[in-house]
Amino acid sequence: MRINRASHKQEEGTHFRSSRLLEVTDFALSFTTYTGGLKETTEQAIKKLDMTIDTGEIVAVVGASGSGKSLLANAILGMLPANATVSGLIKYKGKALTLQDQVQLRGTEIAMIPQSVNSLDPLMKAGKQVRTMIKGKNKKEKQREIFAAVGLDEKVERNYPFQLSGGMARRVLIAIAMVSSAELIVADEPTPGLDEQALEDSIRPIRLLADQGKGVMFITHDIGTALRLADKIVVFNDGKTIETANVKDFYGKGEALRHPYTKQLWNALPQNGFHTP
Amino acid sequence: MSEFMFHSNLNNQNNLIKNKLQLKSRGETVLQAREISYRYGTGSWIMEDVNLGVKPGEVVGLTGKSGAGKTTLAKIIAGYLKPNHGRVTIDGYLLQEKNAPHPVQLVWQHPEKVINPRWRMEKTLLEGGTYTDELLQDLEIKKDWLRRWPSELSGGELQRICLARALGASPGYLIADEMTTMLDAITQAQIWHTVLHMVEKKNIGVLAISHDNALLNRVSDRMVDFSMIRDKYETKK
Repeated sequence: MRINRASHKQEEGTHFRSSRLLEVTDFALSFTTYTGGLKETTEQAIKKLDMTIDTGEIVAVVGASGSGKSLLANAILGMLPANATVSGLIKYKGKALTLQDQVQLRGTEIAMIPQSVNSLDPLMKAGKQVRTMIKGKNKKEKQREIFAAVGLDEKVERNYPFQLSGGMARRVLIAIAMVSSAELIVADEPTPGLDEQALEDSIRPIRLLADQGKGVMFITHDIGTALRLADKIVVFNDGKTIETANVKDFYGKGEALRHPYTKQLWNALPQNGFHTP
Repeated sequence: MSEFMFHSNLNNQNNLIKNKLQLKSRGETVLQAREISYRYGTGSWIMEDVNLGVKPGEVVGLTGKSGAGKTTLAKIIAGYLKPNHGRVTIDGYLLQEKNAPHPVQLVWQHPEKVINPRWRMEKTLLEGGTYTDELLQDLEIKKDWLRRWPSELSGGELQRICLARALGASPGYLIADEMTTMLDAITQAQIWHTVLHMVEKKNIGVLAISHDNALLNRVSDRMVDFSMIRDKYETKK
């Protein structure tokens, strides 16, 4: 699978020239909270984060649960809680993002595939939720095409979210992101708890998006899926990016990986020895 | 064992009955779900005539498609749902509702959903009855976590608490329903190493449900494909 994709990538390079879509430099984020009366404390959630995403590229951000990966996604979309303080620079298409830009861009140029399947509107049928995001005519047709692309049965469009299994709900979320005309897609843990077929059905459309020249940030803790899908892997631990690794560096006992945490992560996989540090 | 012999000498009649029941399950597994059929309301059957067994000290991996009904089966075995047909037995005995922890404990995929957010961790832990320092040590739970709120722990830490709560009820069997799906590879390996250690130490039987075949291959003694046991006609072959 990986080999196929690599050759595919080369071909596609001749079709369009990739340009920088997103650039995050020296990004830090802290929360101010009150503990016990008026005592104010700040908690550093992200210390130093650097990453870039080009057009047509899928960049996986891999790290432990609770390491601040989702905060990064929310920071890019400008959806942070009021007590968060950020520093550093987020550039989109070479221009520094302001909160105003973010409000304007999200949903149109930057779309998100949220982590929780609770993000679906519980009172709207699945098909309609997708159709509200489609611009222009033939909404129903387009929605059915997308459903077929992500492997959803046509009758699913008439189901309410509570009637969907976890895997089906995930694919509806992916379908919503696919029909929007966004150029940057931030996918926050879109694949946990999917079986092999559903996983394949969900990552194929994400690959498709990248092949159309869109940039994808794929946030996950599942390094196995990240390796299958992404072009490069940003490893995130303890609030910092510790390594940006190439997919081809993940082999054997992790000899080509530079950071010890990345090695530990690789060797802890059940198929790679299941070692604990 | 000697205690059992003593009782059996005392009460031959009782012993006979017990032997009969044991004969029934000889050569078979000891926690058994027999001929389970289930459907929600009057909907279509989610499973028909499903048979599944787990021995003490054995880890059985259950795989299958999303939405196939694996979690429903887990809930039936752990006593959360009553099957429309069939029964769940341990050693041939039906599981009865008593004022005691259920002998089959279930650990869920999302720890934050099965913990009261307004309880400190210690209170949550005590839901399982008791806990010992040894158990906390085995699961690498730090003592100071117990005074914290759920929002102050990470997913992996919460899952350890859930596991401690389940094991605190000293169950004979444990169902791990996507127990480590939401966790990173290192935390996953740590938690499973602890569980496998407990399986050996306390002779607990484990039913591990996951989509990750590599994980199940690694931890389980044998694998069961849910689609193979779910269909009535498949099972009877």
